[in-house]
Amino acid sequence: MSIKDRYDVIVIGSGPGGLAAAISAKKNGAKDVLIIERDVEPGGILLQCIHNGFGVEIFKKDLPGPSYAQHFINEAFSTGVEFLLDTMVLQITPEKRITASSKRHGFVEVRTKAIVLAMGCRERTRAQIRLPGTRAAGIFTAGTAQRWVNVEGYMPGKNFVILGSGDIGMIMARRLTFEGAHVERVLEVMPYLSGLTRNYVQCLLDFDIQLQLQRTIKNIIGKKRVEAIESVAVDKKWNPIPGTEEIIPCDTLLLSVGLIPENELSRQIGVMIDPITGGPIVDDSFQTNIPGIFSAGNVVHVYDLVDWVTEAGLTAGKSAARWVSSGSQTNAINLPVRAGENVRYAVPHTIQPDHLAEGDIRVQMRVRQPIEKPVWVEVRSGEKLLHRKGEPYARPGEMVTIPIKQKLMDEVKSAKDLTIAIVER
Amino acid sequence: MIDFDVIIIGGGVIGCMTARALSRYQLKVLLIEKESDIGMGASSANSAIIHAGHDPLPGSLKAEMNIKANPMWDQLSADLGIPFKRTGAYIVAIGDEDCECLDSLLQRGRENGVACEIISAEEMRNREPLINPQVSGALFTPTAGMVDPFAACIAPLENAIENGVQVKLETAFLSFLTKDGSLTGIHTNQGDFNCHWVINAAGVYSDEILRQADPESTFTIIPRKGEYYILDKSEIQLNNILFPVPSAVSKGILVLGSTHGNVLVGPNSTIEEDREDKAVTAKGLNEIWLGAQKLVPTLQPGSIIAVFAGLRASGNAPCPDCSIDYKHDFLIEACTQLKGLINLAGIESPGLTASPAIAERVIEILQQEGLKMDLKENWNPIRKARPRFHHLSMAEQKQLLKKDPRYGRVICRCEMVTEGEIIAEIHAPLPARTYDAIKRRTWLGTGRCLGSFDMPRVIELLADETCQPVTSITKKGPGSEFLFRLTKKVEA
Ligand SMILES: Cc1cc2nc3c(=O)[nH]c(=O)nc-3n(C[C@H](O)[C@H](O)[C@H](O)COP(=O)(O)OP(=O)(O)OC[C@H]3O[C@@H](n4cnc5c(N)ncnc54)[C@H](O)[C@@H]3O)c2cc1C
Repeated sequence: MSIKDRYDVIVIGSGPGGLAAAISAKKNGAKDVLIIERDVEPGGILLQCIHNGFGVEIFKKDLPGPSYAQHFINEAFSTGVEFLLDTMVLQITPEKRITASSKRHGFVEVRTKAIVLAMGCRERTRAQIRLPGTRAAGIFTAGTAQRWVNVEGYMPGKNFVILGSGDIGMIMARRLTFEGAHVERVLEVMPYLSGLTRNYVQCLLDFDIQLQLQRTIKNIIGKKRVEAIESVAVDKKWNPIPGTEEIIPCDTLLLSVGLIPENELSRQIGVMIDPITGGPIVDDSFQTNIPGIFSAGNVVHVYDLVDWVTEAGLTAGKSAARWVSSGSQTNAINLPVRAGENVRYAVPHTIQPDHLAEGDIRVQMRVRQPIEKPVWVEVRSGEKLLHRKGEPYARPGEMVTIPIKQKLMDEVKSAKDLTIAIVER
Repeated sequence: MIDFDVIIIGGGVIGCMTARALSRYQLKVLLIEKESDIGMGASSANSAIIHAGHDPLPGSLKAEMNIKANPMWDQLSADLGIPFKRTGAYIVAIGDEDCECLDSLLQRGRENGVACEIISAEEMRNREPLINPQVSGALFTPTAGMVDPFAACIAPLENAIENGVQVKLETAFLSFLTKDGSLTGIHTNQGDFNCHWVINAAGVYSDEILRQADPESTFTIIPRKGEYYILDKSEIQLNNILFPVPSAVSKGILVLGSTHGNVLVGPNSTIEEDREDKAVTAKGLNEIWLGAQKLVPTLQPGSIIAVFAGLRASGNAPCPDCSIDYKHDFLIEACTQLKGLINLAGIESPGLTASPAIAERVIEILQQEGLKMDLKENWNPIRKARPRFHHLSMAEQKQLLKKDPRYGRVICRCEMVTEGEIIAEIHAPLPARTYDAIKRRTWLGTGRCLGSFDMPRVIELLADETCQPVTSITKKGPGSEFLFRLTKKVEA
């Protein structure tokens, strides 16, 4: 394939966010659209997610990850999106010059009018949670184990303990059990689940895998390969409770302790990062603080469902195409969206009230504390309640969505800011 | 049995520097290392500082070796391609009490003949904006620097190999072979080797080897563990070496910007009975964090990307100068009970710094002991560092990619290590054959994702390049395999 030296929109990353952005940019009039992907195949992390659970919102179908991805890969090809695979972006300049390197294509230099950052996220590691113990073989993130089992076809252990009740960890517990391994236990430091309840039911309960809440790892034992871990109960402030230690023999420890948006490239070009989400600060068109640089998917904040990532990608791609066709005009007023009571963060960080002319604007958030009772999700302007939506409960593991309705346009226009809160009904 | 003139036990920085020094002479030299790679002991888990020499007790062997070795590092770095920066170091006083200590430190530094000066709190704040604002002054030692400690092992050893030295990994010394009381060779887990001279550079085990030859000796090592954090260079940038005012036993918990750009924080100092125990502890990690915050209060836990620990080979050797009352000196001497054995023991800090001077001292001792040493005519002092794609200029990157496209495929995204670099290490003069061996050489897997992405790929590359199944690839030698078997589906 020959690469042009100029594009309208370049998307970095070919996961569901990047694919949707590229397709949507193309459909909204961008002429030359290129996806740069470091892996040899497009699809991102979905390629190793061979379990079901993808597409419930968009396709009303329960698909495995690779099938979900394939749908958009096909669409990208048929709409004429170009791909540069097996290629790593090394640098982006503020003038939107991109340099990349590749075994197949050598040293690549391209220019573009708009960029969509869609690099996804990475898993939190042992060091980031300050896990003590030896540095034996057999300590992996759940995602690394997933790649080995699902893509390469190898088993990275026989007896597993999983730390963290994140979704990938629970899904791997089931997968490993299918493959004949033994999953001794899942430990979670919080008093509640960090992933989706449906994964707890389908992956742990159905397979008799024990979940222990408010427990963590005090020590990892084993010099060459993990031999055991020592677990300990913790109080509400995560302090270990003496006397509750238990040695659990195992040869592998999987970590499913959270995901972090991967924004090294974004930082390099001066994109402002929200310290809470770990992703760029964006407006409702998913534009960052740098005009013409958009971002979509887990690089912005960690989603629980892929469908939302696709939606975000579609918006970002459309915005990028418009930005290109409008000759890079921005004269928008940005209204801040703030996280209120029991909301850890809300995305987008700002909205342009004018955009309500085209439809509702979706605001998505993570809650701070679980509320196992019916709640109201409220949108306020100062003290004034603009809109609210009922939910049966609010859990940190499950993202909450509320649309800012089109009909609120006038009120939103006169507001100084919007606050989102989650309160008991 | 194979015959050697000299066998070196231990592939730490001391063994490797000694191997290179010996490679200048017409001698058959073998270095044995019990682990699957060199530099897996103290030499790759330390503070990486080339000390100026202000700290050791004047008159001690530690002071002598440190001061002699410090100026050697510029040439070593140039000849062997060892990343090295002579940045200078600061001993920072926080509050009034600390400040009073600076004078005595200055005094000691001057006695050791080391350049040093006291700078004001304001000057310190200017030179390191991240310093605790409570700083009350600092001692600056301009000749201190930092190295890549693993490169300080591999570079001289590769140079030694190119000059004819042989290396055997996974080969552990078990006992001496003697005939009528004189040394004839060594017995190892891989068979016996003949030789007349043995250099004991076995780090934390050097006392055990020494006592095999001299059972009456009271020399003992009590390992002391030091734990560390590494912080993400994209979160915190610091270009200095910052020490606190030292305590009686250690130089204290320091904060420094490494040659690699990441910030290093640590070490503490705890006595460890198990000579293999390099586990990090919750208590220790807490201790170093608090200690480091004394110097740089704004450190953020979110920037931590790795933890590790090293063991100091702390011995009880008296200072060779009997007039000096000091019981923790280096032990660098010919064994009086077994002719041909040279012990290099109790080499704790500043052992990394001192290593090239210790190697020179070994040559002197061997000559004194009667080994005939003729220089080689064609000794090559140069070992070139292999290219690191990420550190090249754009023009150089382009050129390298044209020559070898494998440098275009990035395998480790955090540290930007390419397939070309990994393959080069697998086929280097001392081949890297484990995941950790590649990690130590390229820094792959040391970034913020700790290898989550690169690990499956590196294992595949290792398997392909060495024609082994992936299930045989290990993290750090036999017993540390990553993968057990195929999944059911694939097997079927
Ligand atoms: C926490 C810490 C911080 C330090 N900071 C600094 C610093 O900033 N600056 C400085 O100058 N110094 C520092 N040092 C000291 C420095 O790291 C050591 O002095 C130096 O690395 C010692 O090198 P070595 O070769 O003697 O030991 P090692 O590196 O431990 O090497 C010994 C080798 O011998 C092998 N071996 C042991 N037994 C056998 C056997 N029976 N058969 C075969 N092989 C065997 C081991 O496997 C090992 O590889 C520090 C040390 C520590 C632990």
